[in-house]
Amino acid sequence: MKLLEYQAKKIFAQWGIPVPSGAPIFRSSQLTGAIQKAGGFPVVLKAQVYAGGRGKAGGIVKVRDLREARLAAGRLLGKRLVTRQTGPRGAPVKALLAEESLTVLKEMYVSVLLDRSRQMPVVVASSEGGVAIEELAKEKPEAILTTPFDPVSGLGLPRARRIAERLKIPRKARKEAVQQLLKLAQGFLKLDASLVEVNPWALTREKGLAALDGKLTLDDSGLFRHPELAPFKTADADSPSEAKSREIGINYVGLNGQVGCMVNGAGLAMATMDLIKLHGGEPANFLDVGGGADVNQVREAFKLILADSNVKSVLVNIFGGIMKCDVIAQGIVQAARAIKLKVPLVIRLEGTNVKLGREILRGSKLGFVTATDLNEAAKLAVKAAKK
Amino acid sequence: MSILVDKNTCLIVQGITGKAGSFHAAQMRSYGTRIAAGVTPGRGGEKWEGIPVFNTVAEAKAKTQANASCIFVPAAFGADAVREAVQAKIPLVIVITEGIPALDMVKIKRGLSPRQTVIIGPNGPGIITPGQCKIGIMPGYIHKPGPVGVVSRSGTLTYEAVWQLTGLGLGQSTCLGIGGDSIPGTGFVEILKMFQADPRTKAIVLIGEIGGTAEEEAADFIRAHVTKPVVAFVAGATAPPEKRMGHAGAVIAQGQGTHASKIKALKTAGVTVAPNPAQIGSTLAKLLRRAPS
Repeated sequence: MKLLEYQAKKIFAQWGIPVPSGAPIFRSSQLTGAIQKAGGFPVVLKAQVYAGGRGKAGGIVKVRDLREARLAAGRLLGKRLVTRQTGPRGAPVKALLAEESLTVLKEMYVSVLLDRSRQMPVVVASSEGGVAIEELAKEKPEAILTTPFDPVSGLGLPRARRIAERLKIPRKARKEAVQQLLKLAQGFLKLDASLVEVNPWALTREKGLAALDGKLTLDDSGLFRHPELAPFKTADADSPSEAKSREIGINYVGLNGQVGCMVNGAGLAMATMDLIKLHGGEPANFLDVGGGADVNQVREAFKLILADSNVKSVLVNIFGGIMKCDVIAQGIVQAARAIKLKVPLVIRLEGTNVKLGREILRGSKLGFVTATDLNEAAKLAVKAAKK
Repeated sequence: MSILVDKNTCLIVQGITGKAGSFHAAQMRSYGTRIAAGVTPGRGGEKWEGIPVFNTVAEAKAKTQANASCIFVPAAFGADAVREAVQAKIPLVIVITEGIPALDMVKIKRGLSPRQTVIIGPNGPGIITPGQCKIGIMPGYIHKPGPVGVVSRSGTLTYEAVWQLTGLGLGQSTCLGIGGDSIPGTGFVEILKMFQADPRTKAIVLIGEIGGTAEEEAADFIRAHVTKPVVAFVAGATAPPEKRMGHAGAVIAQGQGTHASKIKALKTAGVTVAPNPAQIGSTLAKLLRRAPS
């Protein structure tokens, strides 16, 4: 689960990391109140989206009076922001963050993340902040300091001190920097995070060392231990369909193509998307119905796929293990009857109870296209989408 | 020969009285897997289909011949179930449970001596040595004994590959899923080491996906240490960045874990990459015809 900047900063503040004063805005009527909380003009308005690259895309604006603030808010709030990370459709801006504008003396970078190849949490730090870390890693890898630490004993004072020294943080702020590093590492472990990023981590005239921007990604598997994060939970879906898929209990990611997919298992679902592309089509979505889906979930999954008006055909690819083919077949037949399918449906079933499943499909007389082999199924689905 | 499991494997099922545990315990037993005991805290002394149920793994191990455990407990109890099996010094622990926090796996692995316990999973389909022993949730009948070792980060995509192999008459030595999480108990490299050392395994199929660097590390290891023919497939060529594709570990994050990087690493290491998920079996068949071992 990803948090928006204003949510991450709320949590950073709870950890004792200074952040600029401010407040989020969800409707334009909240603008003046938020500007007051930010301490009056000048104020920085920041579009709250999950993608980076907001500054260059015009998603971060410094405003000097109410007229400018209204203009900027009107341009951003409720619109879509296209950054280098969002793709051409952009990301919906459902909130702005109004913040005081601080005087920056030095910009640095710090993050805590789970390093998958080391299989350890690490602190990544650099004395060069404000730029994307991926770019810095490419251009100046020597400017990045990576410090692994044990998740049981934590980062510890000696390691935190060494990071602060290597970043050449001015002496006056060094003690504070060490404390903030320890708090970030501790917070990372406490919340079962997979990424805590502060960029820039800046020395400011007004607030000393502060988090000017923040990213927080939590391990979905750890959320059961953190009921206090529930209010942030459904907010991070990019689309209503993704939010809906969570309610149903399936995995769905919307894409831009024409061939809808319903598959069991994440690996097979990705492979099915790849195969559609290989045959000249574009997948409309990733959808994993999971190992134990029931008739209801299958029906709801269909509704989700078909709610996307770009979908011109649907490919169902099920390899039954835990998931029995007859259950899938029943779900498909029920869904097709309930929804009145307007697009061709290509179905490939294999695995447990496959004969029973195929009989149910045939017996329904709903005119499904069936395929026994994966390649053939993908070809048929792509062809059907192009008609 | 095979790797990790064979007809002498004797199993404890943790969570045997639960819905998934009991269903799959029955399936495993009908495949021929020896199940010595079940463990469900508070249900010790009961029997499940004639199999004794114990309160703890330590007790089950002490009173039976068990040398492996399979975990089906709900996610919130998953990490504790793994810790319990590790503390009881079970040599092989297969974790089917999905949703164990990644930091819990880091902590468990840091306290682990790999000589004492090998953890397979979490969030995987399990392991099968066809005709001898099935531990996990895969449909048994799609497999057949033979010379191909299969290792994968996925469940159903593995079934797909195995089904293709079996259809082409290529049986399997052992097939296993290391799981779809970001911190697997055992990685590709350790499994490749075992397949390379196993005389019955003549060829290897490796199935990866986007996210992390496991395929790149596997490629490095193959280049230096694997002499057997390897065919690989990596899922997720069409997956967008920063989106988690079902599996906790399948996400291209901070520019790392892309499909292109993995394919490049594998090809550079001399691995034959199947261009298409429907051609994993036929790619291996072609390779074996060209280079008879």
